[in-house]
Amino acid sequence: MKLIKRCIERIVETILTAGGMITSVIILLIVIFLFKEGFGLFNSPSVEKGYSLCVNTENPIEKLNPFQIKEIFDYEIDNWKNVGGNDEEIILFRFEELFYRYSDEELGENDEFLSQKLGEIIRATPGIIAYLPTEYLSSDCSGIKVLPEAKISVGDFFGRKEWIPTAIPAPQFGVLPLILGTLWVSIFAIAIALPLGLGVAIYLSELAGEKMRKILKPTIELLAGIPSVVYGFFGLVVLVPLIQKLFHLPVGETAFAGSLILAIMALPTIITVAEDAMQNTPRAMREAGLALGANHWQTIYKVIIPYSVSGISAAVVLGIGRAIGETMAVLMVTGNAAVIPHTIFEPVRTIPATIAAELGEAPSGGAHYQALFMLGCILFLMTILISIAAEVISKNHPQRKGI
Amino acid sequence: MIEAKNVDFYYGDFHALKGISMKIENNTVTAFIGPSGCGKSTFLRLFNRMNDLIPDTRLTGECLINGQNIYDKAVDVTELRKNVGMVFQKPNPFPKTIFENIAFGLRVEGINDKNFIQQQVEESLKSAALWEEVKDKLKKSAFELSGGQQQRLCIARALAIKPDIILMDEPASALDPISTSKIEDLIHGLKENYTIVIVTHNMQQAARVSDKTGFFMLGKLVEYNDTKKMFLSPEKEETQNYITGRFG
Repeated sequence: MKLIKRCIERIVETILTAGGMITSVIILLIVIFLFKEGFGLFNSPSVEKGYSLCVNTENPIEKLNPFQIKEIFDYEIDNWKNVGGNDEEIILFRFEELFYRYSDEELGENDEFLSQKLGEIIRATPGIIAYLPTEYLSSDCSGIKVLPEAKISVGDFFGRKEWIPTAIPAPQFGVLPLILGTLWVSIFAIAIALPLGLGVAIYLSELAGEKMRKILKPTIELLAGIPSVVYGFFGLVVLVPLIQKLFHLPVGETAFAGSLILAIMALPTIITVAEDAMQNTPRAMREAGLALGANHWQTIYKVIIPYSVSGISAAVVLGIGRAIGETMAVLMVTGNAAVIPHTIFEPVRTIPATIAAELGEAPSGGAHYQALFMLGCILFLMTILISIAAEVISKNHPQRKGI
Repeated sequence: MIEAKNVDFYYGDFHALKGISMKIENNTVTAFIGPSGCGKSTFLRLFNRMNDLIPDTRLTGECLINGQNIYDKAVDVTELRKNVGMVFQKPNPFPKTIFENIAFGLRVEGINDKNFIQQQVEESLKSAALWEEVKDKLKKSAFELSGGQQQRLCIARALAIKPDIILMDEPASALDPISTSKIEDLIHGLKENYTIVIVTHNMQQAARVSDKTGFFMLGKLVEYNDTKKMFLSPEKEETQNYITGRFG
């Protein structure tokens, strides 16, 4: 009998250990996968795979960076001297144009003259820049200079301000507007939610009557369970028009709308966690404060708040975490323009919203796909930083040191 | 002088104190003894109105301090508590430094004079016989002290606001014998300047520290007398039984 019991205990123990191990390993693998996919971006060519940029050999240009390529193909730069070449007009040539210039007969039945014709065009036009599939580059390369394949650089990724992942031929992956958009929306959301949340927590824990508490607390906890898409819908239908009207804006879908919705969503978490922390202050602490002649309010801010500071900082971290990672509601109300916001009343695009909106249309394994994973890594690092900061803050407190 | 006149106290329907009347002289140590749940702590907590914190309680009769009914509507509870310090059963220092624990009462009163606070902290710690042990670590967390030191810190904290009366609710029950004897010595010394009321489970302790002793049972004050008389020749049979350990 005893033996069987021991055996069962051992089996349960083994199952629990295995379960714990497997879960930890899976979490670790997910993180590794995220970073592996993300960092692949910096090994991707800045021009789409399988395509090349060619110029005439007489052109002294040796290389172009992705931003210059984009400007050239957007007709923003129309002279080679602007990118360090001769004073000569830039003539764009896209591969499709070949089929307008030549008839099917001229190109041959099986496109056998195709690369020859391409070569002719490039040789004949000194100012040309041609964007072609590498496989059609003529075997006879005289007169054609293929620009060297550059890789997407870390500096461009973090430093540039253009997020145009579908630009042809050189997609632009400047994440600065996305990072700033995320911070912008989150910081304002926390700035709104924190004072309100702590205020409500103090009210509920210390000031509200028993009856009020019994009604309010479950109601607030209920709010935490509302799906974010419902909040987003509410924001889109109610808040966005309201903001547009109130502040006389051209569009109501702004960072401010996102912040408001996020603040509303983060409030229940902040309130319940902070209130629990305050409620857990031992009665002995309150009595000690009151017995020394502190009034109710002094006891709250000199005894209860310092005592529950680690719980309150947990509330703050959970709130920020929710704000930074929240996707759906923000996607619905912020307008999603990937530009650096100058005021809170402009549309912004956040990192999670970008990932959610674009992952479906990014070809698996391509640069765009990898860039989205890189965004995931950035988001991950941001939340880790916040957690560490919170840990440090609450560790510096005598309460933690003592217990 | 502390005086209770015909005090009845209820927790909801529970009649916790029944018709208690008692006078406590200034600069004496008075001990309350009795079995658990007899109402001695409840009675003690009446004098700084700590029972106000418990919802659904009711008091009849009068509690007077220096002739003033402390349950009068005109009485400022925080002022009352500044005059009547309290030390609790378990050491309950704040999650702050040793220095800030003592300074708490002064800061609450709105005193910001650094030198004055410094001086008061030192004086209070000296009165609580703790200064020599902590003078080099005033900036350390109060939680780093031992249980006995923490309790003396709590006494020092109560002394810092200069009360006339100090209520002690089983101050040594959570401590080891050496810390207990330090607290008892301290109580002896404090008698000169303060009126002390102490609730204790430990009859030897009551015999050692107090001038007068009150014996409570089932919410009634059974006997209230000089400690010596109480322990040598009690008037009531219940007291005799309790002291000799026949129950309780």
